[in-house]
Amino acid sequence: MNAALAIAPASPLLEVRGVGHFYGNRLGCQEVSFDLYPGEVLGIVGESGSGKTTLLSCLAGRLDFAEGRIRYDSRSDGLVDLATLSEAKRRVLMRTEWGIVHQNPRDGLRMGVSAGANIGERLMAVGQRHFGKIRAAAGDWLAQVEIAADRMDDLPMSFSGGMQQRLQIARNLVTGPRLVFMDEPTGGLDVSVQARLLDLLRRLVADMSLSVILVTHDLAVARLLAHRLMVMKGGHVVESGLTDQVLDDPHHPYTQLLVSSMLQV
Amino acid sequence: MDQSFVLQVRDLSKDFTVHTQGGVKIAVFAGLDLDLEAGRCVALHGPSGCGKSTLLRSLYANYKPDAGQILIRHGEAVVDMVSAEPRIVLAVRRYTLGYVSQFLRVIPRVPAIDVVAEPAILAGIPLALAREKAASLLERLNVSRRLWDLAPATFSGGEQQRVNVARGFIVDYPVLLLDEPTASLDAGNRETVVQLMEEAKARGAGLVGIFHDKEIRDRIADRLFDLPRLQSAA
Repeated sequence: MNAALAIAPASPLLEVRGVGHFYGNRLGCQEVSFDLYPGEVLGIVGESGSGKTTLLSCLAGRLDFAEGRIRYDSRSDGLVDLATLSEAKRRVLMRTEWGIVHQNPRDGLRMGVSAGANIGERLMAVGQRHFGKIRAAAGDWLAQVEIAADRMDDLPMSFSGGMQQRLQIARNLVTGPRLVFMDEPTGGLDVSVQARLLDLLRRLVADMSLSVILVTHDLAVARLLAHRLMVMKGGHVVESGLTDQVLDDPHHPYTQLLVSSMLQV
Repeated sequence: MDQSFVLQVRDLSKDFTVHTQGGVKIAVFAGLDLDLEAGRCVALHGPSGCGKSTLLRSLYANYKPDAGQILIRHGEAVVDMVSAEPRIVLAVRRYTLGYVSQFLRVIPRVPAIDVVAEPAILAGIPLALAREKAASLLERLNVSRRLWDLAPATFSGGEQQRVNVARGFIVDYPVLLLDEPTASLDAGNRETVVQLMEEAKARGAGLVGIFHDKEIRDRIADRLFDLPRLQSAA
């Protein structure tokens, strides 16, 4: 047995302390703290209105949070505080080290340009200029997400929902991000399409050792993808821990209710 | 922890509080101590419902004990599975602690051979070698070659269980937990599973298992661990 095996990454990629956000007087989320380590997939579960999407928006820099601190260990600048990071730097992070997979692919794709251009655009945004190389990379990524090469020049509009979602994933991953935010990535897809997407995500996340923050209300999706879970209710984290432990031995009344409400197939 | 032990349980307690049923509290066990040496097998023993599976799941950190420690030798370190962070528990499961459950949790679309190879790949074994090991285990467990590239969702109970056993034995874990590994297998395959367990002991693995079949228990277990029956309290 290898002596190095016990050495898990020593410092977190993302450090979240006491984060909260209000919409006027109404609570979005409050007192959320956690560390996310490289290669970790954190699932945030809870029903609609539990604050999970608000939290994701705070984390992904789409919402100016009022309370707490979020620090990210960036490749270029080391530990940065997201609240005080300049807009320019934040944009660079978004293009290079982060990805966001939206529930609705239309929010993450440019519907008016071809599939290949959707992928290539991210590369051009980080400074790649060689057309042949960009096209080759786009082709590689289409294959990775199981989209036929001859669809490269088609508009995403002509794709099925599952294909659009896979294209959105390719567009996000082409620049080799370290942290990807996913908001209900399988929501609104047929179950057979969903199974294929889950399988693909599982493989890509492991191969690229991505850190992922995954918001979902689907506990089966959480079980398949997440290493650990945070359960949210009324804007607060009510339970957190190892995914299978939270789902198989839930302690908080709300988690027990969620788990016992799950449909068995 | 003394060098001869691979696993030590100290003062372990577990109860369930079922909030969806008016907060009823079910005590399963309390104050358990258990020692496991390398190369030995302990069989959990006691009547149905006495908490054997709950203890086994607690050892794997699938259930969360209320008090006590589960110390496991993980490489050079000793990890307490009760208090360790999730990522440390996952590292222990990846390299040190294997678990053969009674049922296979099927992953949609993933072929049987990859279901078996997956833990080996996670433990850092190169893909080709992992698939080779998976193939040889499936062969030993008489899983027909034509099934290897199919997802096990449609397999029979016995076939799924053999895929599950192969998955549990593909990594040479220093500690193995086994929940009825021979259930729903025919005599020939039962014998193969006994051989796999004996081979694991011979290379120095410590085993904790639940074996309802007395003959298998007598062959593989070095001692029995009796779980006392606790009274349930509302």
